[in-house]
Amino acid sequence: MGKDGRKTVNYKAFSFDLRKNVIDMIVAGNGGHIGGDMSVMDILITLYFRQMNISPENCEDPDRDLFVMSKGHCVEALYSVLAAKGFFPIEQVIDEFSRFGSKFIGHPNNKLPGIEMNSGSLGHGLPVSVGMALAGRMDKRANRVYVVMGDGELAEGSVWEGAMAAAMYGLDNLCAVIDRNRLQISGGTEDVMAHRDLAAKFTDFGWHVINVEDGNDSDALNAAFEEAKTVKGKPSLVIANTVKGYGSEVMENKASWHHHVPTKEEYEQIMRDFESRKEACSQ
Amino acid sequence: MNTIPNRAAICQVLMDRAKEDKDIVVLCSDSRGSASLAPFAKEYPEQFVEVGIAEQNLVSIAAGLAKCGKKPYAASPACFLSTRSYEQAKVDAAYSNTNVKLIGISGGVSYGALGMSHHSAQDIAAMSAIPNMRVYLPSDRHQTKCLVEALLGDEKPAYIRVGRNPVEDIYTEENTPFAMDRATVLAQGGDVALIACGEMVKPAYEAVKLLKEEGIEATLLDMYCVKPIDKEAVLAAAGKCKALVTVEEHSPFGGLGAMVSQIVAANNPRRVINMALPDAPVITGTSKEVFDYYGLNAEGICRTVREVLGQV
Repeated sequence: MGKDGRKTVNYKAFSFDLRKNVIDMIVAGNGGHIGGDMSVMDILITLYFRQMNISPENCEDPDRDLFVMSKGHCVEALYSVLAAKGFFPIEQVIDEFSRFGSKFIGHPNNKLPGIEMNSGSLGHGLPVSVGMALAGRMDKRANRVYVVMGDGELAEGSVWEGAMAAAMYGLDNLCAVIDRNRLQISGGTEDVMAHRDLAAKFTDFGWHVINVEDGNDSDALNAAFEEAKTVKGKPSLVIANTVKGYGSEVMENKASWHHHVPTKEEYEQIMRDFESRKEACSQ
Repeated sequence: MNTIPNRAAICQVLMDRAKEDKDIVVLCSDSRGSASLAPFAKEYPEQFVEVGIAEQNLVSIAAGLAKCGKKPYAASPACFLSTRSYEQAKVDAAYSNTNVKLIGISGGVSYGALGMSHHSAQDIAAMSAIPNMRVYLPSDRHQTKCLVEALLGDEKPAYIRVGRNPVEDIYTEENTPFAMDRATVLAQGGDVALIACGEMVKPAYEAVKLLKEEGIEATLLDMYCVKPIDKEAVLAAAGKCKALVTVEEHSPFGGLGAMVSQIVAANNPRRVINMALPDAPVITGTSKEVFDYYGLNAEGICRTVREVLGQV
């Protein structure tokens, strides 16, 4: 129980329930970006359950907070979170994901409630979010714009076009998040196209940078988003140092699990691992 | 002789409407001067966004603005807008279905002397191939005005290509027949149908007069709406004429000629000749010199018509 007498949510335990849904989705649909789904999950939970003013009831309200999933290939994690928020039933997602004619395709599409922009091609989300943040400022709205990018995505030049514009226009209503799991399809991000000091890069671009050492810790992420809200005159970047495949040793820190579909044995082991980690953090 | 280029006509409409409609936003990529949008930037700085030389950023930012209820007009040279930011046009504008209006300025061979990097002879093909993207090439400043006024009334993405230089008037202030997504019939004749778009409408219009002097009666369609093309008008023209000639400032592939040919071949086969730029780097020169070299002028159109009618 919290100090105010309300039951406090164990977001870590909750995250394993949502991760289970992702695994079921990917196994049922025979595809998906499992490693990144696991790393980004705590970022999404923190934004959707602790930060953003967004729900099925207000998703047309111009004052709602806005979210763009720039690393659109991790849509399974987003589906799991949006379903938990009540945008659509999780059973429907698991049944229909990636099936012929399904609405629940392998990247975000805004024909579904709760999804603002279609993505899939990397490097679009940050510039799009700049436009949203500019619109919010033009209309003097108090809402905030959040965008989640992958770290491999940062090799796209358009990311840096957006980074320049966000700082140029001093968009303090914009908060970008990098899911810094340090892996991409071909291997380590520093081996494929090195980022070196990401924080220094964005600081030089004119951003307020917050490094979250454990990007799978919702409380630490939440504190970072709270800090970002206090920053004036510049956009904020949260570098969330996450673990790709977080939740099970079967997948963790393995580039080969970027879009691997678990075998029956792997599936069972992953689900057992989730359960034991959930129990460990619930005690 | 008209001295107002179509790009300036676009700016005027946006200036006229921006005072009342605060959701109109103009974006440029270091292109406000070449887009004739500097007056807008000066008059409405709060409704103007400069993105620097970053066309991808231009289109994505416009999409984000549109998602939040703005009516963005993103202007950049057609050569860059239609290729450098092609994916942003596809994903952020068309696929996400945002109300982004892309203004391709100095289109075709407007920058004739600057080389192939600055020519946009692929934009009709590229943009037309994107689902949910409309493509417009208005002919003169009066039609441009009507088109932009119509586009302000809808909430779907579109690509508009205009040239750099003033185009001699075809219509007048008082008389500009315009219906959205319907070709304007500029002449009715039963021998040949000319179908043109953008800057090629004017020489086609002159050709109609020259042909008449020779006893050849031509129909002329101003097909400013390349996509969605006015299929009905094409078929009506094909139905009464012996042959069709399309004229465009574009590659011979995937443009107006290809679309007209497709429609005619499937429905009412007739001989269709496509007049276009070559599938090669275009020769250096002013756009007039380039048009003359490739026969994309009144005399060249007449010559093509004579040839095709001789063969029918």
